Amino acid sequence: MSTPLSAPLDLAFDYTRSLGPVLGRFAAGLREHRIEGVRGSDGRVHVPPVEYDPVDAAPLTEFVPVSEEGTVQSWSWIAEPLDGQPLTTPFAWALIKLDGADTAMLHAVSVPGPSDMRTGMRVRVRWADETVGHIRDIAYFLPVGVDDGPSPAPPPKSEQDGVMVTPIQLHYQHSASPEESRYLRGLAEGKFLGQRCPKCGKVYIPPRGACPTDGVPTVEEVELPDTGIVTTFCIVNVPFLGQRIKPPYVAAYILLDGADIAFLHLVLGCAADEVRMGMRVRASWKPREEWGTSLENVSHFEPTGEPDAPYESYAHHL
Amino acid sequence: MRDVAVVGFAQAPNVRSTPGTTNGVEMLVPIFAQVYEQTGLSKSDIGFWCSGSSDYLAGRAFSFISAVDAIGAFPPINESHVEMDAAWALYEAWLKIRTGEVDTALVYGFGKSSAGNLRRTLALQLDPYTVAPLWPDSVGIAGLQARLGLDSGKWSEKDLAEVAARSRADAVGNPLAQVSGTHDGADLLEAPYVADPLRAHDIAPVTDGAAVIILAAAERAAEYARRPAIITGIEHRIDSPVLGARDLTRSPSTEAAGRAVGTGDVEVAELHAPFTHQELILREALGLGDDVRINPSGGALTGNPMFAAGLARIGEAANQIFSGRARKALAHATSGPALQQNLVAVLEA
Repeated sequence: MSTPLSAPLDLAFDYTRSLGPVLGRFAAGLREHRIEGVRGSDGRVHVPPVEYDPVDAAPLTEFVPVSEEGTVQSWSWIAEPLDGQPLTTPFAWALIKLDGADTAMLHAVSVPGPSDMRTGMRVRVRWADETVGHIRDIAYFLPVGVDDGPSPAPPPKSEQDGVMVTPIQLHYQHSASPEESRYLRGLAEGKFLGQRCPKCGKVYIPPRGACPTDGVPTVEEVELPDTGIVTTFCIVNVPFLGQRIKPPYVAAYILLDGADIAFLHLVLGCAADEVRMGMRVRASWKPREEWGTSLENVSHFEPTGEPDAPYESYAHHL
Repeated sequence: MRDVAVVGFAQAPNVRSTPGTTNGVEMLVPIFAQVYEQTGLSKSDIGFWCSGSSDYLAGRAFSFISAVDAIGAFPPINESHVEMDAAWALYEAWLKIRTGEVDTALVYGFGKSSAGNLRRTLALQLDPYTVAPLWPDSVGIAGLQARLGLDSGKWSEKDLAEVAARSRADAVGNPLAQVSGTHDGADLLEAPYVADPLRAHDIAPVTDGAAVIILAAAERAAEYARRPAIITGIEHRIDSPVLGARDLTRSPSTEAAGRAVGTGDVEVAELHAPFTHQELILREALGLGDDVRINPSGGALTGNPMFAAGLARIGEAANQIFSGRARKALAHATSGPALQQNLVAVLEA
């Protein structure tokens, strides 16, 4: 059996979060190169501030300015920084208790090597070159006395105050199942390959790792024609970002002849208002040189002109 | 309310990477077959299904829906999911049986950590305002916790190496373990740091895997298992997410859960400690003395499938009862950074 197909899958999105009165004030302070904690019910000063007391859950409102210098409570050494971390050169994570605070904050400390780190050492904030009201306005910490050049003056009030935008990027290697891989390789040769469940006899395309009815792997391969019917459909009238066809157009569930499950595709080649349930259609393949291991090899389905399938013949596939 | 018993347990091999999909179907189908075989139950006998997994691990939305294919979910089933280790899914299933809503439940967890970069992915479980945007990795955070104990004299690097050596030696007898071998604690200390103060042996491997447990009402359990493992206590507790505001060398949530279930007379314990120092924290929190056998399976340090390893601890503890090796066993599961959330169960013959 050939190796299942896999490909890189890179996800990127922003989390845009409203901050509320406590974290909003903290973030706005960072933009102005100030650090403010909040006093808890027991008198402890929490930095970063917490909205509710961790012991008695009372809402906390008394802000307390603290120093941008503090003491390392613990540290660990990151020899090979990961994407997105505060430094791209080896650094230490540290729990840092700022002067005036009673809890420690997690951040990075920039030193040449682990032998330059010790619990109890004094560190100070290195502000980011541009501060926007975000925890990353603290670029990292430095040992007190180490010069790292001047930080530029903080900007005046920002339109972003009250909101924090955090970009997220994640990288995966996405694997298709062995069954999906055979189906995708079939498409690369212009074939529709489904599989039949050994228990219920249903033909799935794309084939599944397990029959969703019986929970057993589907094994028997079934080649299906590139003709079928429209079971149900919708007419897309609304433009959206990334749309490749001018509305109105039809997105439909296509049930290939001999299959027991429909898949979503486009129906073109006739006016949108002519598409019907039960309409006979055939795949319109892209030029062969554009084929890959993808259902995108089929640009769309179009009407064959044959008589419509009777409703009873596909009612149980809706 | 009636008691609930574990009557079946199976797990997939713990491996660094599988060629399968992130929806776990390829790992789940064979182990479902194993627990049906063990118990004589079939799909239609199961009253409730509950799983633990994470879309962040899979890199796709609703990945657990695809996993339901492994069940064969037609006609429609009574199903639920937690975005936590499946030990918490077991808790939900335990409640369903205890309250009399169903008589049997199948609980499963799965994770294909190899699809992404686990150390980075786990940063996204941290406070989203002041911590996660720094991308603190799971190993770096555990290192902060380990050093606090080293600095305070609560444990030494040698203590940590001995936990690793014992775990790996025990895993020699576990064909599903990912890491095993006989080592001298002193030899292990010659290895370089991965994230000072942690060495490779202090850190659970990155694992692809899955686990499944079948629960049954105690009065029915004898039909499905020769020696059912009755759950005589199960509790879970949580500590503050603020890493700098709690004493990381202790686990108050584990202490509280342990007190609530009662850990006296436990003969064996399966502790979900993905880092060596965390086993020491847990033993202290649960008051487990030197006479309690710890992690005969090798534990999470020898195979740590995310979202399944905690459930597997309950399964391994049940195995001790099934086999007659113990009359009372403790299982522990953790979720979140630096032992933030903890579940403790006691199983008895």
